[in-house]
Parts: sequence; C-alpha cells; structure tokens
Amino acid sequence: MILATPAQIRDLLARVHTVAMVGASSNPLRPSYTVFSYLRTQTPYDVTPINPTLTAIDGIEAYPTLAAYAQSRGAPDIVDVFRKPSEVVGVVNDAIAAGAKAIWFQYGVISDEAIALADRAGLDVVVDRCMKVEHARFRGGLSMNGLNSGLITSRRRAGGPLERD
Amino acid sequence: MHHEHRFGFATRAIHAGTPPDPATGSRAAPIYQTAAYVFGSTEQAAELFALRSYGHIYSRISNPTVAAFEERMASLEGGLGAIAFSSGLAAQLCAVLSLAQAGDHLVCAQNVYGGTVTQLSVTVKRMGIETTFVSAENPDEARAAIGAGTKFVFVETIGNPSGVVADLAAFARVAHEAGVPLVVDNTFATPYLCRPIELGADIVLHSATKFINGHGTAIGGVLVESGKFPWGNGRFPLLDTPSPGYHGKVFTETFGEYAFLMRARAEVSRDVGAAMSPMDAWLMLLGLETLELRMDRHVRNARAVVDYLRSRPEVAWVREPEMGSVFTFGLRGGREAGQRFIDALELWSHLANIGDAKSLVIHPASTTHSQLSDEELRLAGVEPESIRLSVGLEDVDDLLWDLTNGLHAVSSFDCAQDDIG
Repeated sequence: MILATPAQIRDLLARVHTVAMVGASSNPLRPSYTVFSYLRTQTPYDVTPINPTLTAIDGIEAYPTLAAYAQSRGAPDIVDVFRKPSEVVGVVNDAIAAGAKAIWFQYGVISDEAIALADRAGLDVVVDRCMKVEHARFRGGLSMNGLNSGLITSRRRAGGPLERD
Repeated sequence: MHHEHRFGFATRAIHAGTPPDPATGSRAAPIYQTAAYVFGSTEQAAELFALRSYGHIYSRISNPTVAAFEERMASLEGGLGAIAFSSGLAAQLCAVLSLAQAGDHLVCAQNVYGGTVTQLSVTVKRMGIETTFVSAENPDEARAAIGAGTKFVFVETIGNPSGVVADLAAFARVAHEAGVPLVVDNTFATPYLCRPIELGADIVLHSATKFINGHGTAIGGVLVESGKFPWGNGRFPLLDTPSPGYHGKVFTETFGEYAFLMRARAEVSRDVGAAMSPMDAWLMLLGLETLELRMDRHVRNARAVVDYLRSRPEVAWVREPEMGSVFTFGLRGGREAGQRFIDALELWSHLANIGDAKSLVIHPASTTHSQLSDEELRLAGVEPESIRLSVGLEDVDDLLWDLTNGLHAVSSFDCAQDDIG
C-alpha cells in the first residue's frame, strides 16, 4: 500500500524498528550519511548500512546485500533506499526476498515500476520523501527550525515509539 | 480520518507552531528568554553543528519562541518554512544575500517602500549587486530587465504608498520563464488578504512590525519560502555548489526542497546576526491570533474613511485601496494644506508606521520617502501633497470626527486667505 497522508506515515514510523539503509554512504557530505547519522543518533531505530563497498559506518557493521543482512539479522522492518531510480527494481526484489514489511524511497528515487512491484507484493511504500524529515516532523525537529510541520494539536506530546530515551 | 482534516486560517493563526510546551505543558507559548542551550552530549553537539540533527544551539540562529512564530507564519502563507528577523529590512537583506553576490543583478518594482529602494540602490549596490527598477504595473518591463546574472524579481503585493496591487501571477510567470524566483513583500496585505505563494511567488517577506504585530509594540521581519523553486537549475551557485561557509556542503544535494531555508538560516542569517528576540516573537504570536478579526475591521473602517473623504470639497483626490486599509489622498491646497490638516488632528497619530490598531497619518514626501529624488517619488506614486492614512480599529465615528476637524483647519485657513486676498 502506498502511504501518503501524514497519519499513515506517522503510524509507519511508529511501528518499525529495524531499518536497512541501501546505499548508505560514509561521506559526511552525502545526503545518505546525514540521514543515517540522524537515524542512528536521534531516534530509537536500529539502523544498518547496506553497501558492498563498506565494512562499517560510525562503528555500525555494514552488510553487502539485503540477503546477507536477512541471513544474519532476520527480516528488516523497513528498507530505506538511496539508489538511482534505474537500479531500484532490483532493490525491491531483494527487499521482498529479505522479508521486509515496508520500503521507503528517498527524495528523487522515483521508479513507477519499482513502486508498483513493492505495492503488489504487499509492502507499505513511501515515495519521494525523506525518513529524517518525516521523523523530525512528528518528533518536533522541523518546528525547531521554523519549518511548517503541518501539525495542529492541543494535546501534550507524550513519550512514544518515535522518541529516543 | 482525523489527521487528514485541513484546518482553516483563523485556527492556524491561533494554533500553528504552538502545541502545548512539551517540557511544561504550558498552553500559552513560553518566552524562552535564553541565549544558548545545553547539549545532551558531545556527539549530539557535533550532530547539531553539522546540520545532521534538529535542535537549538544559540538564539542568534534559532530559539523556541521565535521558531513558533516562524512556523505559524509558514503555515499562514502556505510555505515550507520561515525565518524571523529583527526587522523587515533585515529579512529582505537576508533574501538578497542568500541568492546574490558581487556581480549579480536584481529586478525590483519602482513603487516599493522608500527604505527598500535605498537598501537596494545604495547599500546593496555598494556590495556590487546592481538593481534595475521597473514598473509594478507592467510585467513586460521586468521581463526585459532580467539578464544572465539576475537572481530574483521583487514586488510588493500592494505598493507603499501608491496602493498599486501587483499582478503576482503575471510577475511569477515572467520570473519563472527566465529561471528566477519571484520575491514578494506582502506586508500591506497580510496572508489573510493575499497569499502570494498560491499565486506563484517563491519567497514572501514581511515587515512583521505592521499588521502581524498589529499593535505597534515591536519591530520584526520574516521570510517565508515555498519550497517549490528549483534551486538546482544552475542559476544559483550559492545553493548548488560546495559552500565554503559549511565544510563544502552542497545544500541542494543534502537538503532537497529545504536547501534554501537551511542555507538562509545556517549560513546567511547566522552571519548577518539580525535575529528576532524571543519577547518580540511572543508579541508577534499574540498579534497573529487576532489577525483575521483585525483585518476585517481595518478594511471596513478604511472603506468608511474613503467614502467620507470623497464627499468632502477640501479633498482633491483619494487613491482608494484595492486591498487593505492603507491609502493616500490629496488636499486642494497641496503640501501646505496637508501640513495644516495633520497638525490639526487629535486622534490620528502622526508617525511613521502602518498596521497599528491605532489610526495613523503621515506625509510620505517629507518622511518615509524623503530620501528619494523628485523623479523617484513620481515613479513611486508619491505626489508632493500625498497624505498616507493607515486606518485603525477605533470607532469609525470618532475617526471621521477627527478628520472633519482637520479638514475644517484647511478650509478655514483658505477662507482667511480669501479675506486677506
């Protein structure tokens, strides 16, 4: 199912725990490193780089493929994709084979074929959004920077699955 | 589903940016009167400085009370985010410095606030950035003025004080055809009367001192960005090439649609240092809660004042506002009659501001626009005899009573002159 509303995305972020990040980079100037580092240091997620050219990022062991991750760690809750659109049909096939429940295509990672494939396989799908930005929207990070979170509430924010202790 | 509900303007003017304070439950927005913020750990500090996490470091860069005001303005204008400043001119300078550097070029409507004209034609020009001034009534002039080095087109929604309402959609088309953004000063209209982003604008500026504050209690400015402009189109090296001010970061690559706002805050606003204070942000938040109520009454009172002036023989002309509650009129007897009129008023305040709950009056040619040449005054739509009114929220009968006294001072003087003559 393709998730597009704020409520659907907030619920997805609240129910996942293990994140396999395909295409994570160790270069601090790359967007994928920024997201990896945010998810590792600011959220309760268990995030793992999937990149055959690296052994680890910031002390977190990297796996060469989603299959290798699944063999050692089990099925990931969500696969976060930083790859060229032309390469992501293969990533979706790997994610399905690894037993992932959801797949998240980052900004610009748009492939209609890959989206349809993941949707048909029963995965929850998020397209052209950033996992860091969406987490920050519901955790108050966007608001701290004067960014429009779109949220209106008179309820006090309680600790929850998006919070880091 | 509850979360898909779209909240209306008045609700967002009261709630956007201010959920209950997570630390204390305080329902009113707390005034976080602090210069700096303790880091959770050395790792967290490093993540914050590298722009990889969200949080406050130092109130020159961000502050929770100011951020609440920024988010509320972004919500009301329909933008991606906002940055508040110590004044409207500071917000405008930040827009210039975020996009342009020495050798670059800007296009600006010629009927804008006199302070904007001098900022661009004197101070910004000294930095090596040239501005071409064009008609606000003819977007083709803007099209012709755009060159290879042009970084934006700038107009006011409602010209100050000419009252000319710019065709924002037409200016947006002209700018976008050339690959440059449209920057709009929406001070006179407020997002209640006009939302430029919905008409194609990319950056919206305000002097928040005016209707947003609404009570003449603080100076402030704000910049709102739509998040829709393609900053990676090759025209904006400050955004899509490695930044020496940020470890070689390429903002369009790292931040996507947030590139402009992240750089404008983390680099330009940081270096300019013209931050809004928490106390002033709190006054702006309070003002916004009644924006819709106030604007409706401002416009209603202005309508009554226009009708009254039109009925009076002492009045030569009235430039009726197409939008808003600020307009100019001229007296028979020109500049001298205008001075006698202003000196005779009891209730209207003679001062250089607009958008207050109190009704305000001024003679632009000798005050707000006095730095302009005669030619610039003519192009700005300011006649030597123009009197500018900012109609406030008082009982309209009292406003008209006072204007009647002012007009009597003009007509009785004329009679006295006739007697002598």
